[in-house]
Amino acid sequence: MLRFQARKVIAVLLVLLFGCGLALPNLFSPETRKAIEQGAPSWIPRFLLPIHAVTLGLDLQGGSHVLLEIDRADLIKTQVTQLRDDMRRILREERIAFQGGIGLTARGVQVRVPEASDRAKLLPKLRELAQPVGTLGAFGPSGTQSIEVSEQPDGLVQLQLTEAGANERVRRAVEQAMEVLRRRVDALGTTEPNIQRQGLDRILVQVPGLQDPQRLKHILGDTAKLQFRMVADQNSGDVDMLPSQDAGGQLVPVSRQVIVEGEDLIDAQPAFDQRTSQPIVNFRFNIRGAQRFGQATTENLGRALAIVLDNKVISAPVIQSPITGGSGQISGNFTVESVNNLAILLRAGALPAKMTIVEERTVGPGLGQDSIQAGKMATLIATALVILYMVLTYGVFGVIASVALLVHVCLIFGLMSLLGATMTLPGIAGIVLTIGTAVDSNVLIYERMREESHMGRSLVSALEAGFQRAFATIIDSNVTMLIAAVALFSLGSGPVRGFAVVFILGILTTVITAVTLTRMLIALWYRWARPKALPF
Amino acid sequence: MRLLRIVPDNTRFKIVRFRRFSYPFSAAYSILVLVLFLTVGLNFGIDFRGGTLIEMQAKAGKAEIASVRHTANGFGFGEVEVQEFGSAGDISMRFALQPGGETAQQAVVAKAREAFAGTHDFRRVETVGPRVSGELVQAGTLGVVLAIVGVLIYLWFRFEMQLAIGAIVGTLHDIVLTVGFFLITQLEFNLTSIAAILTIVGYSLNETVVVFDRTRELLRRYKTMPVQELLDLSVNSTLSRTAMTATTTVLSLIALVLFGGTAIEGFALVMLFGVVVCTYSAMFISTPVLLYLDVRAGRLDADVEEKVPAGAKPKAS
Repeated sequence: MLRFQARKVIAVLLVLLFGCGLALPNLFSPETRKAIEQGAPSWIPRFLLPIHAVTLGLDLQGGSHVLLEIDRADLIKTQVTQLRDDMRRILREERIAFQGGIGLTARGVQVRVPEASDRAKLLPKLRELAQPVGTLGAFGPSGTQSIEVSEQPDGLVQLQLTEAGANERVRRAVEQAMEVLRRRVDALGTTEPNIQRQGLDRILVQVPGLQDPQRLKHILGDTAKLQFRMVADQNSGDVDMLPSQDAGGQLVPVSRQVIVEGEDLIDAQPAFDQRTSQPIVNFRFNIRGAQRFGQATTENLGRALAIVLDNKVISAPVIQSPITGGSGQISGNFTVESVNNLAILLRAGALPAKMTIVEERTVGPGLGQDSIQAGKMATLIATALVILYMVLTYGVFGVIASVALLVHVCLIFGLMSLLGATMTLPGIAGIVLTIGTAVDSNVLIYERMREESHMGRSLVSALEAGFQRAFATIIDSNVTMLIAAVALFSLGSGPVRGFAVVFILGILTTVITAVTLTRMLIALWYRWARPKALPF
Repeated sequence: MRLLRIVPDNTRFKIVRFRRFSYPFSAAYSILVLVLFLTVGLNFGIDFRGGTLIEMQAKAGKAEIASVRHTANGFGFGEVEVQEFGSAGDISMRFALQPGGETAQQAVVAKAREAFAGTHDFRRVETVGPRVSGELVQAGTLGVVLAIVGVLIYLWFRFEMQLAIGAIVGTLHDIVLTVGFFLITQLEFNLTSIAAILTIVGYSLNETVVVFDRTRELLRRYKTMPVQELLDLSVNSTLSRTAMTATTTVLSLIALVLFGGTAIEGFALVMLFGVVVCTYSAMFISTPVLLYLDVRAGRLDADVEEKVPAGAKPKAS
């Protein structure tokens, strides 16, 4: 083992140098990295440029981590309402007589149709509403339907949303919601927000370096469903009693019929009312919206029009003249900040269902900066202490172990940069911890050499035996550690996962440096110094 | 230059005999842990209990902890744990999980911001709702169990069932003692604590495996040596390595405790405790366990490899 070919030495050095080189961009400022990326000739592939640095987790650079969950019950309720409307339409179109009203069940609607002939007409029509759910296989759809139609012996016809249908609805809603949330967060103008799906019904939003986390939550959590509806007479059926926003929550009777909805808006901007200098939102409709709005305002001149946002009446101005130009304004009890938010929400569109914040973690930029400083300090001091102790114990071999240790730390950073892994605060703790444990492989080898030498072996034989005997132990002990680390990775989220990544990479690099670099350095030392005995 | 050496060569400590002290001690400690677990309980952080944690720093001058406590308790969100920590006079406030589901927690943050944002910088805000905290408990427990099962399988393959059992006994012992550390110090138990426990699991196994690797080798080499003597020899011949690695790890953890900042101080303290416990248990708990398991039976001893010739490759399996 002590005979290393020059070719092999150069190969090992090159690989390790390249690995450490990957860590180099972490020393540059983000501006420098950007400059390098822009300045480099276009024929060099981007991944070869020294521009990939370790991403800092939100706990280090500051920012907000918000986990939102879509309201499944709310979605299903909307869907059931839709089924009721469909049922009513079909019953009317087919002129089918039914007893009682259309009843609501937990996940569907039911109606009693006494005549068998009517039921025979109704059932196929209802079945047409069903849509195949799930991925398309080689033999067409997998066979599951979104709704299920059933007939009881006593003439009860049921229309139910299936479990698969409900899940499909949730899945689609989450996809839509992600788009909406992305538009909303982008409007805040922050850098590199991360929006990803978690599980079936959750969305994780991570926004680094945000100054106002309360505003972010506001922007994320509001459904922002805007409707224009007429204020109606309380006793005229089909009326919802909705709380008013400005008049202290007083209930306003509003017609169930929606004239125009937020989806017909094409623009919304914050502005000031020219007469009252109150903050308002100016909006513009698309053609369909403009037509409906124009027609409604012409027909209902002199009546009050309710502007409803998330089932609250923002304001209910009286229509003074028909508004046919397709643009208008929303006034209400607004502040400058709230019109800014409302304009963003209206432009980005409404969420398909209510979303609730189930987890929030926000770290201010000051704390992150302090953590980085403390982490650097701890890393430096740990390295210095371990190196000092190793050199005091093993002399030249301690120096060799220290070189391996430094390469090991560089490799962790290099690999993390390459993989685009995230460094978190527990990750820093992991780095410091591996500084203590990484030398274990060297210690195993050295102590074994010592033992073999005490047993009367010659120096060369003891060196070789040290490596060979310790190797199995190094593998066993590191694989067991690796299993624990992988368990940590698979269960952990966010910061803890950052720790697991460091832990796993640390185990890999320490094995690599111990069996290649340490061995090579000892071989070189042996050739150069021609020693007669172990230096410790 | 005379080099440093903390363990002299050729020690002959009667390690296994020490079990007369180590076993009753660890048993008594484990009972204490159980009693504390059932009476006092772990100081669960918001990751597992749900609720809201806010850390803030006064914008000017020293933090007025008494007035902050007074104001926070006046919110009507129940008893608030207000503490001062760090050197800069940081204040942490912990609100219990509010009844009323996920949205109720957000009201706490809004209220606190309204009351303190003018005078304090909010350095950290964390809110965990009831559903998420429940899932985190599951994931944490699952992780520890998975790790132990995975390692048990690996050790069974690589060594022999007896040694695997010895290693797992040591690891469980270390987990119990570490949980005891959380109980006695009332250090907050959160997701990072699970990370610390799993790291301790890894370190504990590492320590045990190094000793057992030697045991395996000696079992093959000395067919007739009494098991007790052989186990003593295993520990003694790996003792200087054990001491070295424990020292380097402790050194780096001390650096972490002293300079790593308040946010990871808890983690570092637990790890420090864990490293000491793991080193102890590998020698005085796991190794003596082998005495009660018939290590001479089975394939370890039946191996024909009598003496490894000098310079030969170690067997791959």
